Amino acid sequence: MASTLKLSQLPIGARATVREFPRQGSAFLRLREMGLLPGTAVTLVRTAPLGDPLEIQVRGYNLMLRKTEAEHVLVEMAGGP
Amino acid sequence: MNDSVPQAAGPGRAPVYALVGNPNSGKSTLFNALTGLRQKVGNYPGVTVEKKTGTTYSQHGRPITVIDLPGTYSLAARSPDEAIVRDVLLGRRDDITQPDRVICIVDATNLERNLYLVHQVLDLGRPVILVLNMMDLAASAGLNLRLARLEHELGIPVIPCEAVNGRGVLELRLAMSRADLPLSRHYWDIPAPIAPAVSELQASLVENDGKQPLIARAEALLLLTDQNPVRVAGSTPLSARTSAILTGWKQRWEGAGVDWSGTLVNSRYATITRLCGEVVQRTDRASPALSDRIDRVVVHPVWGWLVLGAIMTLLFLSIFTLAEYPMNWIDAQMAALSDWITGVMAPGDLRDLITDGAIAGVGGVVIFLPQILILFFFLGLLESTGYMARAAFIMDRLMSRVGLNGKSFIPLLSSYACAIPGIMATRTIEDPKDRLVTILVAPLMSCSARLPVYLLMIAALLPGDRVPVGAKVGLMLLMYVLGTLGAFGFAWLFKRFLLKGEPPLMIMELPPYRLPRMKDVLLHMLERAGLFLRRAGTIILAISIVLWFLTAYPKHSGSPTPQAQIAHSFAGTGGRLLEPVIKPLGFDWRVGIGLVTSFAAREVFVSSMAVVFSVDHFAGGKRVDVTPLRTALKTAVWPDGRPLFTPLVCLTLMIYYVFAMQCMSTVVVVRRETNSWRWPLFQTAYMTGTAWLVCLVVYQGGRVLGF
Repeated sequence: MASTLKLSQLPIGARATVREFPRQGSAFLRLREMGLLPGTAVTLVRTAPLGDPLEIQVRGYNLMLRKTEAEHVLVEMAGGP
Repeated sequence: MNDSVPQAAGPGRAPVYALVGNPNSGKSTLFNALTGLRQKVGNYPGVTVEKKTGTTYSQHGRPITVIDLPGTYSLAARSPDEAIVRDVLLGRRDDITQPDRVICIVDATNLERNLYLVHQVLDLGRPVILVLNMMDLAASAGLNLRLARLEHELGIPVIPCEAVNGRGVLELRLAMSRADLPLSRHYWDIPAPIAPAVSELQASLVENDGKQPLIARAEALLLLTDQNPVRVAGSTPLSARTSAILTGWKQRWEGAGVDWSGTLVNSRYATITRLCGEVVQRTDRASPALSDRIDRVVVHPVWGWLVLGAIMTLLFLSIFTLAEYPMNWIDAQMAALSDWITGVMAPGDLRDLITDGAIAGVGGVVIFLPQILILFFFLGLLESTGYMARAAFIMDRLMSRVGLNGKSFIPLLSSYACAIPGIMATRTIEDPKDRLVTILVAPLMSCSARLPVYLLMIAALLPGDRVPVGAKVGLMLLMYVLGTLGAFGFAWLFKRFLLKGEPPLMIMELPPYRLPRMKDVLLHMLERAGLFLRRAGTIILAISIVLWFLTAYPKHSGSPTPQAQIAHSFAGTGGRLLEPVIKPLGFDWRVGIGLVTSFAAREVFVSSMAVVFSVDHFAGGKRVDVTPLRTALKTAVWPDGRPLFTPLVCLTLMIYYVFAMQCMSTVVVVRRETNSWRWPLFQTAYMTGTAWLVCLVVYQGGRVLGF
């Protein structure tokens, strides 16, 4: 069974699938409404020069979010060659 | 208050359209293309959100009203801007009737996220026209969109568009002109656990809250998406019965472990994803987009800073230097006009009122225009190309240390040139508390008007050419550093204690880089300048006439020198009254006069000092040759013979100007941007109070140390 890691821990350029998402919190509602849902494919594009926020690619566009939010989103790396 | 849903506009009234869409979907460009110069910008009563309406013409030449609502990602509103979109669409506002029809503009290059808002809007039961914008960009990204399929699935007209080129705008106006527009045939299965709750809430909203059935359904769905029902209800709280039903369901779900809010969002996206699967085809494997390659430099850990620095320097310098020419020209014109009046009119009070009061006052307003126009031109360019989002992305970490977010960076930076356009630029900050804090601290960033004061004091402090330039530059830099530290310090303080709220979100799209449409940039720039003139200009003019009055009256008998007149005037009395308060800072009543008059604008301090110390300065503006004034200051003494402008006093005076609110124009603009007098008054109090305290410490401490 593939292990899950935090979105904030993804290496740059890695592709993953969202697995678990916090239920409470308006930040997470907004992230969900922007298309970040369980089962969605994401790619970590880069981090800002100062380390925060993160830029991810989701549903065909680039989204920025802070580490404080990304830490609560659990993802599973896209496995395979 | 809400009419029944009209599907056909009656012969008497053309339908009112609302224009909604995500940020960065080209909504402004479309609005400009539809309405051109026939736009009106106002305010929604009670909130600091701009109300933008315009008129376009149907194919028969009838005027159609279009309301440009703020860009939003969802009707589950989090900021006042988004709340306005929700409230206007739901017909909740008294000042504006519910729009008859809605135009949804979406970015064809990322259809899924854009369709989420559309999906919510379809719930409203109003006719909707879907505009697929940026079709050219979609094509070059290798996307092929089956428009007929989309139209069929949603049951509404779909209009492909390239707003930047004007393509599709005619077809849109034709669609808008149609007497009857179909309601969406789109059918969405509300997930099973949620469906009964929706029906119950809808029924209760109709019965107990007086909502119309379709609106009640849309409201029920919103209440079941956002976990905070108070926020959803907005200014009209829910009836007790409806609240009870809502709470009851939530408790049941929580007990059963159902993620109710997630369910609704998931369900919408499931429908959208399925739809897009049938409508969107990728024709080729797209190579890394140009945007991405640009970003590799622009957001690079090393190059990114250089790019940011270069752009900021360019922005800053152009306000500083480019603006000089038109500003000098304006000064010269005002002086010429003044001279002409002096020549043409008989001497007397009326002439003085016109030349020194009214003309100087008008000049004092118009002089801001070059800086405002230049700044908003640049900001418009940065925003429409997409660079603004990158700047916020880069600076966010630093800004969040004091509780702000990256979007505060550019308004604060602009305030180094002049706080007025900087404060006007805070419109892009959605969170009202963040915006307010940024507005409150922006004037602490040492603006260019402080320079004449700094230069004068530095010259008085360090006379002669034998002093190393380094010392002078160092002192100047010290003032800038003090101001910046003050701004960030107070920002932290305010966010921590005064304006606590939910921490600001930094969740936004990084849009692809796009070529800006010059027409949009110029329209935006002119709009901002016009707003400044209309709203702030009149008050600034009024206040400068009052301040002139304070220096010209009461009239000294006989034919007094300017020095004697000002000493005799209200301003002079004011200075003397102030003296006990400012004496602990090392200032006397003559400096006090300068403090009073320079409330009009900081640089007025220099010319006031020239008058008070009886130094001839050339008419034609506020630029004064410093040397004779500097000499006069050196020889000024207290009644007991002590020198007035000791080095310590000069330093203290500079520091006073770093912190004190000495700019009525800023106060007026803050009043306009915050919609009340409370905040500009608070701002004046905290800034000037801080100035007094810090100067007290500096002066008395300096005395103790023997300076």
